[in-house]
Amino acid sequence: HGQRPRPPLVLNNCLLFLSGYAADIISTVEFNYSGELLATGDKGGRVVIFQREQESKNRLLSRGEYNVYSTFQSHEPEFDYLKSLEIEEKINKIRWLPQQNAAHFLLSANDKTIKLWKISERDKRAEGYNLKDEDGRLQDQFRITTLRVPVLMPMDLMVEASPRRIFANAHTYHINSISVNSDYETYLSADDLRINLWHLEITDRSFNIVDIKPANMEELTEVITAAECHPHQCNVFVYSSSKGTIRLCDMRAAALCDRHSKFFEEPEDPSSRSFFSEIISSISDVKFSHSGRYMMTRDYLSVKVWDLNMENRPVETYQVHEYLRSKLCSLYENDCIFDKFECCWNGSDSAIMTGSYNNFFRMFDRNTRRDITLEASRENSKPRAILKPRKVCTGGKRKKDEISVDSLDFNKKILHTAWHPKENVIAVAATNNLYIFQDKMN
Amino acid sequence: MFSKGTKRKFSDGGEEISDESLLGARVASSYSLQRQSLLDMSLIKLQLCHMLVEPNLCRSVLIANTVRQIQEEMTHDGSWHMVTEAFCSAGQSPSERLVATEVLCRSREQDAEPKLFSVISYEGCCEEEVVADETLCSVSVSDTVSNVCLAGRMGQCWEKSELSGIERDEEALEDSRLGSGEEEEIDTEDGASTESPKTIGQVFGTFEIKNGSPGPDSALEELFSDVDTSYYDLDTMLTGMQSAPKMGPYDLLDSLAPSHSSPSIVSTPNCRSDLNELDHIMEIIVGS
Repeated sequence: HGQRPRPPLVLNNCLLFLSGYAADIISTVEFNYSGELLATGDKGGRVVIFQREQESKNRLLSRGEYNVYSTFQSHEPEFDYLKSLEIEEKINKIRWLPQQNAAHFLLSANDKTIKLWKISERDKRAEGYNLKDEDGRLQDQFRITTLRVPVLMPMDLMVEASPRRIFANAHTYHINSISVNSDYETYLSADDLRINLWHLEITDRSFNIVDIKPANMEELTEVITAAECHPHQCNVFVYSSSKGTIRLCDMRAAALCDRHSKFFEEPEDPSSRSFFSEIISSISDVKFSHSGRYMMTRDYLSVKVWDLNMENRPVETYQVHEYLRSKLCSLYENDCIFDKFECCWNGSDSAIMTGSYNNFFRMFDRNTRRDITLEASRENSKPRAILKPRKVCTGGKRKKDEISVDSLDFNKKILHTAWHPKENVIAVAATNNLYIFQDKMN
Repeated sequence: MFSKGTKRKFSDGGEEISDESLLGARVASSYSLQRQSLLDMSLIKLQLCHMLVEPNLCRSVLIANTVRQIQEEMTHDGSWHMVTEAFCSAGQSPSERLVATEVLCRSREQDAEPKLFSVISYEGCCEEEVVADETLCSVSVSDTVSNVCLAGRMGQCWEKSELSGIERDEEALEDSRLGSGEEEEIDTEDGASTESPKTIGQVFGTFEIKNGSPGPDSALEELFSDVDTSYYDLDTMLTGMQSAPKMGPYDLLDSLAPSHSSPSIVSTPNCRSDLNELDHIMEIIVGS
């Protein structure tokens, strides 16, 4: 039990450096329900969707590659004339809808507006129109002498993205989360102070289900940082706060869920209290496990797994980069302490992953309690290369291949990672590069 | 890398102070200096800035909470001093004045009241190496030119209720104009990330993560290294405050003046002066 060495993660051949990506920082990464598609959103408001190549006996080496499937401009920059402020087009979140027909649907959100996009394939074209000529121009009526029915002819595959719904004007503050409900009819969107519930078909109104805005804004001390719907119970959702608390709400209890059903908070360790305690306790991401029994939260230095039945403390805590605790003042000064790292579960909920600095990302096995630090960088990313585990030297003599804390590059941060819902394939966004890695044993 | 200040003996005046209490005094002084640095840094982060994009509310709230924490602690141990502008050293050349000083000393145009906040730069505070203990963090600050102390004068100069009243008026004006339920967002949020490093760099010298920091033990040693005790003189110069009325962090923000155009600051429409105008117009309309 546990004696067999775990295979290291192998880099697949996917190093996707799209030319259009050089300028734009990736701001969100999300697999769809089957894992066939991978969507990324960037700072320039664009969405790029990658599709996994089908396995082919002829080209074994290319099995599982992700290639560009569709690219479109989701959001444009806007200007709020009333406040004299720009509204960034940066895509904060993308969430896929489960596939119900040939087309794919996803929600993409910037700070203020959510859009439902339909991505569909077209590989046939109608030809032989009666009233139009080959170029589509209407023919003169007296030229038409015969009647014919248009015929569908094959054409090169074209992937089209079209906005089907625009959900706007419901958020005064910046949207930080969207989450599709398990009923597949509704979804929630959360900003710093409010959470709204939408119906996918209805764009002109939404229900406000959480509102923590104080009457006097001067009394504001806590904001909403993330929210998510329960994967199975469509009446349950959670939201996290900047004070390190998570509230679970039941929408059946009341129309306005300001009163929580459950309140999750770990008591503070008085020995490690500092002026930065609150800031590092602020939760940057919350994710339910696929089973729906657990949830995971990410704060600045750690990842915590909570049992939904136990509110007073997490069941597991994983240190992501504890060596930063002594650097908090510097990290406060350069604003890195406010970086919002995300976290994700693997398909079986046995492992979790989150990012760090220096293009490092960390994976934790919940069963064996093993953890590994890997780096997403061009130098280490040759095709089929095996990723070498990295180690940060926290004190004393630095061993060979270790990197000291002071040499870490805090500009290279991995905030967004995603795990394939079924397989050991992961997507890691390092600033403006997307890396896709696959387990060799897969 | 960091030069140490000269050790001054307390026993100059003939008194003898035990080593222990001197040590304790040094620790306390070091801690309060770090705390002050943190407060200064936080206030600068929060300062009104001409950003094109709406600032991050979460970040602002966290910084404001930190400021409040420091304030509370400083109020507790009575070190929330009131400093008048008289301490502004007139002989300083402009190049030595810190950008933050310029920004924060400037008063609001229509403000007839005396300045609420002054930024004082203390030339002649010797270089000192301040290494935080566990309570803050272990970081080295090398401040080559001057320490900046930010102090506030509260109480009679300005009333919180008055300001809240102004904000309420502004909100009412917004609502009546829009005819919707949307409320005015906080417009007191933080500084541009592009500017802070420069400003802070000027204010605090170089923030560095020390290379090859061997561990907590040596940090403690450095803590007890030569701390310039001329700061004690400063403390005695400062006039004490009776009691600090409760002030929210946004109150501090509101009193910070908008920055005027300078090379490092992008000039964009000044929201605050617009709101002041609105308020002024409102007063005329209401006839108060």
